[in-house]
Amino acid sequence: MPGSAAPRRQGFWDWRAACNFMFGGAGAGTLVYAAAVSSPSTGPGLVGLALVCCGLLCVWFEIGRPWRAMNVFRHAHSSWMTREAIVSLPLLGAGLGAAWYGGRWLPWITAALALAYVYSQARMLQGARGIPAWRHPRVVPLMIATGLAEGTGLGIVAQLLLDPAELPGWAALLLAGLVLIRELAFLAYLGGLGPADAPARAREVLAQFARRLAALDVAAIIAAAFGIIEPGLAWAVGVAGLLAAFAGGWFKFVLVIRAAYHQGLALSLTPVRGFGTTRPGARPGW
Amino acid sequence: MGQAGHERGRIPPVTRYIMVIDLRRCIGCQTCTAACKQANGTPPGVQWRRVVDIETGTYPDVRRTFVPVSCMHCGDPPCLEVCPTQATFKRDDGLVDIDYELCIGCAYCAVACPYQQRFKVQRATFAYGGEPSPAEAAQFDPARLGVSTKCNFCSERIDAGRRTGRTPGIDPEVTPACVNSCISGALHFGDRDDPQSNVSRLLRDNESFRMHQELGTDPGMYYLVDGRP
Repeated sequence: MPGSAAPRRQGFWDWRAACNFMFGGAGAGTLVYAAAVSSPSTGPGLVGLALVCCGLLCVWFEIGRPWRAMNVFRHAHSSWMTREAIVSLPLLGAGLGAAWYGGRWLPWITAALALAYVYSQARMLQGARGIPAWRHPRVVPLMIATGLAEGTGLGIVAQLLLDPAELPGWAALLLAGLVLIRELAFLAYLGGLGPADAPARAREVLAQFARRLAALDVAAIIAAAFGIIEPGLAWAVGVAGLLAAFAGGWFKFVLVIRAAYHQGLALSLTPVRGFGTTRPGARPGW
Repeated sequence: MGQAGHERGRIPPVTRYIMVIDLRRCIGCQTCTAACKQANGTPPGVQWRRVVDIETGTYPDVRRTFVPVSCMHCGDPPCLEVCPTQATFKRDDGLVDIDYELCIGCAYCAVACPYQQRFKVQRATFAYGGEPSPAEAAQFDPARLGVSTKCNFCSERIDAGRRTGRTPGIDPEVTPACVNSCISGALHFGDRDDPQSNVSRLLRDNESFRMHQELGTDPGMYYLVDGRP
């Protein structure tokens, strides 16, 4: 609405941009998990690479001038989008190398690049100063935590489907720990939005989602606990992995699409009209 | 600096073009909105300049304030910082502009702008159906499709002022269309770094604020709210 001053939901980044964060973060997390399990199976690593590629492809479909996409590399000085794009190249190269040659160091180099990739994505959101729910500094640890939780969950599922014997005994414990950290990071982020004065509607959307995320995270932790107590219940760990990945993806969708209210317009003071004095300002729609 | 800036048409070594908007005078007529559309040929739904209507207070003590907004041409523009292509750039006179040939249309600038002053249209649209009117056809620029667009303070007029020795904000031919059109004298344009300029005098003589200054954007649009005693 051209005449409205109230914060309104951004419409520039749609599901394709959200998918870049969903797939990219989960894929990077999967690559870190793949390095951690040191598995001779290339399954988790390839799944991670495929997810990162899917995310980049989605964002390619989003941009208005896709055939100029190479221009994205022109501003490493300050743009986290450029930095994300720059990191993606060695990440894909190292990831393919790790899948092809294996070895001791390549998976860890890939993992380090994957962490840099998910960090770039988190900083990219934080750099959007027009969206109060994104620019909060706690969004950075939250995006990293959820990326690692999702990636570990998907890595476990990939291992169970492709090579169940390779699933390490500590995978369920790792997953439960990461899901717990993700949940705590989300609660800390949500608690920070009030003092940071984010628009009420953005906080409402996220507060409503908090219950769903908590339910999914608790369910994932319980399912992982079954796998920890009874190592024979590998399927329970798989369910926990799916829940962790689904909850993280859903959260990113909500954050990028539904909670993305603009700053809105505001007056610091209302002007004198004919006579009288100035009056306190106004911030419609907050 | 001051003397050089006062000399008509010459760009002083340090120049920061700003807009000063007298909120006491604006009546919300939207003439500036129409003038901008006419001057820049923006498509339906895209308003580089608009006037928002903000009501405050509770009955019977209420106020209505008309607030013209456009790109604030920030001193520290969030859109420039995030732009991955360097399509968004800042000129030496403080204007923030976009190179449409470099822009990839990622819209990162649009979510980074706290003033919601970035626009992007993917397809050509016209006011009266699928065919452009003669005026629209004359102004249609395919380079603006799929990329980010915004107010540029009519930079081509500012540039004409440099070439011809006329002063933006004083000479109408080299002043932004919105300022020229304002029927109530609410809009003013000029060089903040010239202490003798029209806008510097207005800022000295009146109480003003800038929108969302707390975000550290150093916006180049000042709103006057009262005179100084």
